[in-house]
Amino acid sequence: MMVSERDKKNGNWVIKVGLASCGIAAGGRKVYDAFSTLLRNKGLNAELKQTGCMGMCYNEVLVEVSPPESGPVFYRHVTPEQVERIVGEHLIGGKPVTEWVIPSDEIDNLLAKQRRIVLRNCGIIDPESIDDYLDAGGYKAIEKVLHNLSPQEVIDEVTKSGLRGRGGAGFPTGVKWGFARKSLGIQKYIICNADEGDPGAFMDRSVLESDPHSVIEGMLIAAYAIGASEGYIYVRAEYPLAIQRLEIALAQAQEKGFIGENVLGYNFDFNISIRQGAGAFVCGEETALMMSIEGRRGMPRFRPPFPAQSGLWGKPTNINNVETLANIPWIIFHGANAYNIYGTEKSKGTKVFALAGKAARGGLIEVPMGITLREIVFGIGGGTSSGLEFKAVQMGGPSGGIIPASLADTPVDYDSMTETGAIMGSGGLIVMDESACMVDVAKFFLNFTQDESCGKCTFCRIGTLRMLEILDRITDGKGKDGDLELLKELAEGVKKASLCGLGQTAPNPVLTTLRYFRDEYETHIYEKKCTAKKCQALITYEIIPGKCPGCGLCAKYCPTDAISGKRKEPYFIDLEKCIRCGLCMSVCRLGAISVY
Amino acid sequence: MVVETMAREKPSFAVIDAIVHKHNVQPGAVIPVLQEIQETYGYIPPVAIERIGENMGIPASEIYGIVTFYGQFRLQPIGKNLIKVCHGTACHLSGAERIAQALALAVGAEEGETSQDGQFTVERVACLGCCSLAPCVMLNGEVHGRLTPEAINKIVSQAQETETLTPVE
Repeated sequence: MMVSERDKKNGNWVIKVGLASCGIAAGGRKVYDAFSTLLRNKGLNAELKQTGCMGMCYNEVLVEVSPPESGPVFYRHVTPEQVERIVGEHLIGGKPVTEWVIPSDEIDNLLAKQRRIVLRNCGIIDPESIDDYLDAGGYKAIEKVLHNLSPQEVIDEVTKSGLRGRGGAGFPTGVKWGFARKSLGIQKYIICNADEGDPGAFMDRSVLESDPHSVIEGMLIAAYAIGASEGYIYVRAEYPLAIQRLEIALAQAQEKGFIGENVLGYNFDFNISIRQGAGAFVCGEETALMMSIEGRRGMPRFRPPFPAQSGLWGKPTNINNVETLANIPWIIFHGANAYNIYGTEKSKGTKVFALAGKAARGGLIEVPMGITLREIVFGIGGGTSSGLEFKAVQMGGPSGGIIPASLADTPVDYDSMTETGAIMGSGGLIVMDESACMVDVAKFFLNFTQDESCGKCTFCRIGTLRMLEILDRITDGKGKDGDLELLKELAEGVKKASLCGLGQTAPNPVLTTLRYFRDEYETHIYEKKCTAKKCQALITYEIIPGKCPGCGLCAKYCPTDAISGKRKEPYFIDLEKCIRCGLCMSVCRLGAISVY
Repeated sequence: MVVETMAREKPSFAVIDAIVHKHNVQPGAVIPVLQEIQETYGYIPPVAIERIGENMGIPASEIYGIVTFYGQFRLQPIGKNLIKVCHGTACHLSGAERIAQALALAVGAEEGETSQDGQFTVERVACLGCCSLAPCVMLNGEVHGRLTPEAINKIVSQAQETETLTPVE
């Protein structure tokens, strides 16, 4: 979030519009077009640029306006209609439209606890411009590597940095590279795992959409280190913009001689192809991912042999996650010691999180390892958006767990997270307030993993289904004595008897909620109550006669025609017909519908 | 953006063969081939499975196995508009179920179905990755966020009014 050197040199006003997926979804392109038209019509000499994710997703559409002589100003929730005033008052008149500007102390608060290494260029450069990347010091690391370092020296540097795999498993990256380097073989592969499948996670998407070259450069360095000449980026088909920007970046890198034969004139060849995932969560597991690239059903296989010995088409292969690779150029360029000053003894560096859910200030953040959850949730995230009490965070998606507010002072590092029963995971961090029912959340994740189980291991295939049936029963008000013990027994079985990470971690959301919120399960079972008022079978909707003006809006939206009444008189819900979907409550503007 | 243009014509061997030949230069091409078939027709026509198998020397049963394994592939044609309802964690917490309910009411199709008039196909997806805009849906490749049941109705009626043949995905 600053002006690049090149922008300053030009002596122009610079306007940047955040056009990653979130910005576009919020209407960013229309804002960009409005600026473009207006600047042209007025003949203004300002540079209009697109950029990626600025990290403050809760403010989309975001526009950064930088005068030639002073620091940038950020506008939030910008609509095309506001563009004329911004141009008129700020660019021409010289005075920012203060009521739309994000206060600088808010930005300072957001950034105070962050350290942006992976996200160093995100929201700053134009992701579709290799020149922007080069101006920001891009491809300097691969140049340094090819010019000065042997493959072993590269591996030693990465090992020294303490970088661990950011996909979730946390295996030391340098050690992994060392295994692949030692494997004999003329043909070796580098794979970038961009199959970001956790619901609630968007770190890799944002990096690919905002700074694709950093990932490509990371792959180049990895390829040189292990001796690979071919690379694949396996990216979700659900990320069309990331794919598009990667394709542009690859073509540019090829044209400039960073990929292809004899990279930068050195005796090093490297080519990269993109493979689109086809919508299978399990393909985030490395052996399944390789099966998928080979054109087969993505089913994990037994390890050993590890991919480093026998991977893609039986050749030595190294697989790293997007965030891991995006770290590499920075580490090589600045040195391992500049990286490992951040973090804790065993978890070095920084971690990117997708802060979402009920966080007041959700977005893409990068923090030094060892920061506490409280600092993230309150310091950066600003507490809950609803004003309700902070209840828990969910870390690591369906493989992770739920950490209660009482443990908010836990430091965020691999070991402390594992101790809580959750995992560091790939970076999904969902903030939950009192309105979240923990049994429902556990059911939500288990439903996901049950559906995504590839079916190879019996415990994962059937065990998760039996667990889901119990959870369904409990949320349906039919839970019985002994259900929780059975649930726990099954969960432990699934963990022990599954081959891959999907099955081994699938019970985590259930186990952590059982550990920290057992009373909530018990209330569902014994009192037939859902305190968060989420489980449909256990709640009742009612219209408060004193508040209902009889507008009939709720009746219009009721899918089962359960609401009736005379206009201008209080309406009434027929509880026999009501399916408790809550649509009426969502649409009523007067708060005339209560749930108990 | 990858745009999947709806072809209304029947699947043709010429088109299928051309797609196979385009990709079959690289190993493991069957998934990219199927992806382009779906981009072309909006679904995987059963006849394509056999044809691809013959062309690539893979048993049709194996291709069917791939098609049914991956969530992206559909074996049924889709309606004029494709709506993907996000059920990611953030969307779930902000009421994705209510959005789905309102949508079903507005278009006359539940998740996994196509409306009788062929206007809308509704799909349930795990996560669109736009968590800060939860709850959200994707209509013909475009994400709509911060939704309410009323906003859904508006989006649906706008799509109904648009007469052009819509690109999807």
